Amino acid sequence: MTAPFVVTSKRFDFSEPLQLRSGAQLRDYTLAVETYGILNPERSNAVLICHALNASHHVAGVHSDKINETGWWDNMVGPGKPVDTDRFFVVGVNNLGSCFGSTGPTSTNPATGRIYGADFPVVTVEDWVDAQARLADVLGIARFAAVMGGSLGGMQALAWSTRYPDRVAHCIAIASTAKLSAQNIAFNDVARQAILSDPDFHGGHYHERGVVPRRGLRVARMIGHITYLSDDDMAEKFGRALSANELQYGFGIDFEIESYLRYQGEKFSEYFDANSYLLITKALDYFDPAAECGGDLTQAFIKAKARFLIASFSTDWRFAPARSREIVRALLDAEREVTYLEIDAPHGHDAFLLDDARYHGAIRAYFEGIAMRTGHHP
Amino acid sequence: MKRVLRSDLAFIADWIKPGSSVLDLGCGDGSLLAYLQEEKECRCYGVELDDRNVLASIANGVEVIQQNLEEGLAMFADRSFDCVLQLESLQMLRHTEGILREIGRVGRESIVTFPNFAFWTHRVAIARGRMPVTRALPYQWYDTPNVRFSTFTDFAALAQKSGFEIMACMALHEGRRITWLPNLRGSLAVFRFRKSPSS
Repeated sequence: MTAPFVVTSKRFDFSEPLQLRSGAQLRDYTLAVETYGILNPERSNAVLICHALNASHHVAGVHSDKINETGWWDNMVGPGKPVDTDRFFVVGVNNLGSCFGSTGPTSTNPATGRIYGADFPVVTVEDWVDAQARLADVLGIARFAAVMGGSLGGMQALAWSTRYPDRVAHCIAIASTAKLSAQNIAFNDVARQAILSDPDFHGGHYHERGVVPRRGLRVARMIGHITYLSDDDMAEKFGRALSANELQYGFGIDFEIESYLRYQGEKFSEYFDANSYLLITKALDYFDPAAECGGDLTQAFIKAKARFLIASFSTDWRFAPARSREIVRALLDAEREVTYLEIDAPHGHDAFLLDDARYHGAIRAYFEGIAMRTGHHP
Repeated sequence: MKRVLRSDLAFIADWIKPGSSVLDLGCGDGSLLAYLQEEKECRCYGVELDDRNVLASIANGVEVIQQNLEEGLAMFADRSFDCVLQLESLQMLRHTEGILREIGRVGRESIVTFPNFAFWTHRVAIARGRMPVTRALPYQWYDTPNVRFSTFTDFAALAQKSGFEIMACMALHEGRRITWLPNLRGSLAVFRFRKSPSS
């Protein structure tokens, strides 16, 4: 057993207003950040890790006071890991509108002195990337060696490549997509409706009433969770196994899968903010970099300068391999440099968070190449 | 570090113009593409299915697309590469005519190599009533990844039928060029071709 990788969170306060895509502005805001490793004197070894729906800036390691809460991508990022913090300076940042320390619906609105709640403006992937770029300015990072993320995090990496083409050398988007399908949006809206129709939602100002729309959050998470797993994976893990020894002939829990989903929903509703869930699912729905170019994704990538690594998993039906292939096809048409991994893995969308020798081996090899090309050796 | 190529690959590399764009179908560990990138400043992509080869290609600094060639080349636009290579992997694909069509669509010219089934040791094995198991075809008939067997002459006929103009062809054996009785003495067939202007 190796010693735990102990990390600390930092807060960065920004006082220059952030113009949002919706037209609204954030007058001032805070970003919760973690960094691992050391920025080299040339400042060429920085890697930005972008998080997905329910994750945070706590990417790797543990906090000294919470030794059991390991970072969400700890199997990927850390000393000696595929994204090796002994070589790279890795930055994790909690996105605006989330609920882990960066400014979001649970923060105080400086205009009113009250909790934002439903008044927090709708943020987009591009807004997040703009905020991340300001963080990079403060950290003295002119150009990231890589910007990397899975799922919604991959969208941020893609947005970096076209929004700040000179500031990202490698763009790594895993289990991601360049736009949500109607089915994806449909699932998101069912999740939102679960929250919006919870009697405890109170138009998003539930904090003032001292309640939380927990039932809605639970159902939202249950729906989301179903889309993260593959049919085969669920069959393997749960099948039709019963929770008790026999059928209950009622509407309680009969099957293990029901027990599992309810547990996941319960756990989620204890730590995640309902307004954040609404906002972040909207950010997912709105992302469509091709829209600015008349629907032509190739045109969107023409301005990108990064080398790309796109990866998908065979049983991911949320953001299926076909979605990643669309990105690859557009990058090839735009004559960008791109490597594409299509990993045969049984775990559905969740595979991007799991340990898999082929997946991690390829990421490790790719980062070796990044280290070579950006000219820093340990 | 100067890269050294296997001699059969060196023959092929000679045909590729510096600075050209190259797509290698079934690129293996990517060593030919790494050579073309470094020594000839070519813009290179590989296509590979096998996880270990994909990993090796990444380690070689080559851009590689992981996909099954049986699914065609839908990710690649018409005439998007100066040269498409399919080296010692055509025989593993079931839809030979389909992939040749795709090669002709995507590349301005193409180079294909495959084990020549009419190589004399193969003929001897057949004459003795057994399927050949040789250095060029090192598998038993029941566990070979190869699903299509052809000869130097057969391929020339298919290329013509498919609307290709053969620009050059040669037979190699153990990295040396065979000029006398190539269909008998060459274990590896090498064809360089392009869409004929009339087709």
